[in-house]
Amino acid sequence: MASIFSKSTDTYIRIGVLAAALGAGAAIALGFYLANPQVRETGYAPLQPVEYSHKLHAGDLGMDCRYCHSSVEQAAYAAIPATEVCMNCHVRVKGDSPLLQLVRESYATGQPIPWVKVHSLPDYVYFNHQAHVAAGVGCVSCHGRVDQMIVVKQVEPLSMAWCLDCHRNPAPKIRPADQVTNMAWQPDRDPVEIGRQIVESKGIAPPVNCSGCHR
Amino acid sequence: MSLVQISDSTPKPLETGRRYWRSLEELAGTPQFRRWVEREFPRGASELLSSSSRRTLLKLMAASFGLAGLVACRRPQEKILPLSKGVEHYIPGKPLYYATAMNLAGSVTGLVVEAHDGRPTKIEGNPRHPESLGACSAFAQASVLSLYDPDRSRVVLRQGRPSSWEEFARFAADHFRAEVLGRGSGLWLVAGSQPSPSYEAVRNHLLGRFPEARWVEFEPISREAMRRGAELAFDRRLETLYDFGKARLIVAFDADFLGVDSPGVRAIREFSRGRAVVSETDSMSRLYVAESRFSITGAMADHRFRIRSSEMANAVEALASALGLMPAHSGNFPWAAAVARDLAAHRGASLVLAGPGQPPEVHALVHLINEALGNFGHTVSFVAAERAPGEASFEELAAALASGRVQTLVVLDSNPVFAAPADFDFAANFSRAATTIHLGLEADETGSAATWHLPQAHYLESWGDLRTLDGTVSIQQPLIYPLYDGRTPAELLALLSGYKDQRAYDIVRNYWTARWPAQEAERRWRRALHDGLIEGTGAARLVPAVDRRRVLAAWRPRPAAGGIELVFYASPSVWDGRFANNGWLQEAPEPMTKLTWDNAALISPATAKKLGVTSGDVVLIEHEGRSAEAPVWILPGQTDDSIAVALGYGRTVCGRVGRRVGHNVYPLRTSRTAGFAVGVNVRPAGRRYRLVSAQDHHAMEGRPLVREATLRYWREHPDFAQHAVHVPELKSLYPEHQYTEGYQWGMAIDLNRCVGCNACILACQAENNIPIVGKREVARGREMHWLRVDRYFTGDEEAPEAVFQPVACMHCEKAPCENVCPVVATVHSPEGLNEMAYNRCVGTRYCSNNCPYKVRRFNFLDWHKGLEESQKLVFNPDVTVRMRGVMEKCTFCVQRIEEKRIQAKAEGRRPLRDGEILTACQQTCPAEAIVFGNINDPASRVALIKKQNRNYVMLEELNVRPRTSYLARIRNPNPELV
Repeated sequence: MASIFSKSTDTYIRIGVLAAALGAGAAIALGFYLANPQVRETGYAPLQPVEYSHKLHAGDLGMDCRYCHSSVEQAAYAAIPATEVCMNCHVRVKGDSPLLQLVRESYATGQPIPWVKVHSLPDYVYFNHQAHVAAGVGCVSCHGRVDQMIVVKQVEPLSMAWCLDCHRNPAPKIRPADQVTNMAWQPDRDPVEIGRQIVESKGIAPPVNCSGCHR
Repeated sequence: MSLVQISDSTPKPLETGRRYWRSLEELAGTPQFRRWVEREFPRGASELLSSSSRRTLLKLMAASFGLAGLVACRRPQEKILPLSKGVEHYIPGKPLYYATAMNLAGSVTGLVVEAHDGRPTKIEGNPRHPESLGACSAFAQASVLSLYDPDRSRVVLRQGRPSSWEEFARFAADHFRAEVLGRGSGLWLVAGSQPSPSYEAVRNHLLGRFPEARWVEFEPISREAMRRGAELAFDRRLETLYDFGKARLIVAFDADFLGVDSPGVRAIREFSRGRAVVSETDSMSRLYVAESRFSITGAMADHRFRIRSSEMANAVEALASALGLMPAHSGNFPWAAAVARDLAAHRGASLVLAGPGQPPEVHALVHLINEALGNFGHTVSFVAAERAPGEASFEELAAALASGRVQTLVVLDSNPVFAAPADFDFAANFSRAATTIHLGLEADETGSAATWHLPQAHYLESWGDLRTLDGTVSIQQPLIYPLYDGRTPAELLALLSGYKDQRAYDIVRNYWTARWPAQEAERRWRRALHDGLIEGTGAARLVPAVDRRRVLAAWRPRPAAGGIELVFYASPSVWDGRFANNGWLQEAPEPMTKLTWDNAALISPATAKKLGVTSGDVVLIEHEGRSAEAPVWILPGQTDDSIAVALGYGRTVCGRVGRRVGHNVYPLRTSRTAGFAVGVNVRPAGRRYRLVSAQDHHAMEGRPLVREATLRYWREHPDFAQHAVHVPELKSLYPEHQYTEGYQWGMAIDLNRCVGCNACILACQAENNIPIVGKREVARGREMHWLRVDRYFTGDEEAPEAVFQPVACMHCEKAPCENVCPVVATVHSPEGLNEMAYNRCVGTRYCSNNCPYKVRRFNFLDWHKGLEESQKLVFNPDVTVRMRGVMEKCTFCVQRIEEKRIQAKAEGRRPLRDGEILTACQQTCPAEAIVFGNINDPASRVALIKKQNRNYVMLEELNVRPRTSYLARIRNPNPELV
């Protein structure tokens, strides 16, 4: 009786199993790679409905972050400003620019401008800008050189491990209160030493327990 | 090292010789009860699949795998929608607080409401308001859920078909004219009690335009008998006000003044302050309660006399004669003489009161007693009660309706078709009026039968003003624009009468500013909005003299009627039926029975034996040819031959939550039997009905969990609370946490103050986004309340005493849950909190199995599935909404701790002040029984309380070192009666 399987079947099976194992391994490795916040989150730079340039406003014109993100010292959110804030200047400056059409429309109709969120944390994370600004964490520490960005891009992974790096060792990221919004702060002595002194004098002890951020 | 055996399953009596039990099943030691004790999750609770089959699960899993693959590529794009123009005071993400007021059947509570991004989420009491004093009731706590109820009526209905306010305005302009209605002789208006000056001004304007129109106030649960009692005693219409704080001795006759008979919270606060004791040398007030139904007031009593409501008049008479105010009494009330002597020893500092279910003659006699005891002007005072011009009684309306004299009937915020006395045939005659107009929050029984149904604005959407019984006026300000185009009763009356102001804001603002000097008006208006009450309002307190001859002449000797009586009472969950569609209230266990999602015919064990029924048997109750069915629930302590049934259940035209929940007993309640009916016929209907009571859920072994003593015993044994169990010297294998500096949180709960009112449960539910699970799931032991109030009986099965004990996570120092979590999802914080990281939890439930206090709750299902958009608005954004498969429990309101901590840091890193952080349960507790704070600070309130000799912790012998401790309860019985 002729056998159902030829002699080479064994080889095919072996190759097949090996290929499947390698493929599965590669898929898992790829999954881990893609799931890494460093890979998945950084570099996110969505297009905004209005071509607003932070480079122009915060960089070239030198506007302070808090002119627009005015709630950063009082609330958890460094809120996106109301259209009104844009119009404070833009009723006089570039009042008829086609790029500002949506801004003028929003101001006239009361409809919000649908900005796209760039820095997004999971819902179970209760990040608070007020607490960080009060401690002296510079905007640039988490958001990067926004003053050089035409389109805002996420530069840090905003992952829990990344948060904890600083919570466990805050000194390198702490600066004097009046330098928090300074994107290009270059102290004349060691910034870590300055940070360490502030941490000590203010008694900064960032929480590293769960409920510090998860409630 | 020898092991000390500390677990002993046989209940140990306290030194004081008492044994505590939760239910008759526990007392009898039935296998059912043992199962609740021994299993953390009852059989069946662990079946993850409830309604969905395995097939659906596989489908869902396949779908979620597919979705998971997709979303992993790129996170969903989120939008940020800032305002176009800024709003004053509004900072995104920061809550704002506004003062307003809530009316429940004429009882007004001043509130401060927290709004997140324009949506009210949490209600607190207004500390400046005399009826709130900073606390608020379970009803007020839950009212925010009703605001977002998707079943509220959303459109104007004309003959049941969608219409519009414009169409109604055209109709009204055409109909409410002198040419059509004449002087208004066919126009009747029936309204729920709403004590509001500006609303009354609009009403009087309407009644001025139609002088023959009649105004009827209708509340199924009302204080009318009390007002009529005052009328009898003083020949004047007066409201009676009590000051429980000044009363050192209180005698309550069928008056559940801590519960549903005064739906505000002032009574509880004042009473509990009178009970507050720090050391054994302090004095405390004494409470005598004579009642038929075992109420929470009865549970607080030092002496409780079980007397049928229909014999209460005789009991009051016996007391009056013992005080020498009436001829000698022959009734069998052996305590009357001793109580009278006690009262006589507390002249001017005692208080006798009767419940609103008692007839006017009883109230008149009680006034006579209080006057004789010198209590007038001290614990009892009066204010004038005004009548509306052209006010008629509901009985007159019913007669006019039956005879066809009512052409146009306007119903404002009331549901008389459901709740009217059964003898008036109101529902049947309702359609005899040619035009019926109903304004209500829902298209209920009345709304669906009316020609026009108009959606009403919820109080959190309304401008208005409200007056408490003592005359203080609060401005009601809206927290949100009407979600469903509702209008207020004042706006409707303004529309019907062509009042000068049409918008609620103009009505109330112009009413008040017209009364103030023009240059001060703006300032005073803003002040009133900010404070939540208007300066200088408050009625004059009157101290009239009782017309003794009239009172005694009206008194009829009442022979003790035989047979069984039926007592009606307002449900602490749904009130008169208006909260039927509120899932938070429906699921809150009734304080005494712990029944959820139902009412029942409450009877005593002896009566149950006599009738041959047991809990869950349906009985047919008949009275004067009317009948209704209700399931029996045996409540120890209930008076024999007395059945108590809560009103408000069995709604038929209601939203999806409350429809056909419980049994409707309004068909048995007539105008003459509003409080109770005597001589009812009860027989088993031969059916069973499933009642779900949470009383045995989360039961712990019968160790002395609650501890109490009499004042005398306490004086003899000052440290009795600490010696209820033998605690061997305990050592822990785990390293000690060090708390040398900073904060260490702790809580103390005073059992002497807790009255079991449920406000804390509802406050916790609102603050912490706790889901509703429904009756079927409660039966499986899946209720999610982080805070439960255990009710224990003690003593005789027929006439027990009761104690309440709120239990939430104890935040143990050596928490057994932490050691068994395989994924480190529950851990200890540096400040001693036992934390729960939801996003780490994988749902093994080991922690829950290891918790001796049974305070952990598991999300067996996704309780938030299928929520409508409006229902999501009620969530507190500071607390995670938990998903299926995750364990949760009380966090000591960690979000509130962190909020204050961040605030303190921003304010120059100042230390947190004692009392700055209030947990939700503590903030609302009308009895001030819960104190939270930093136990590291020896001067903090909580640290001082924990030093008191009544302080003890539950299950100390387990050495888990809970951070929540209890203060033992003290009873203050009259030595003469012991």
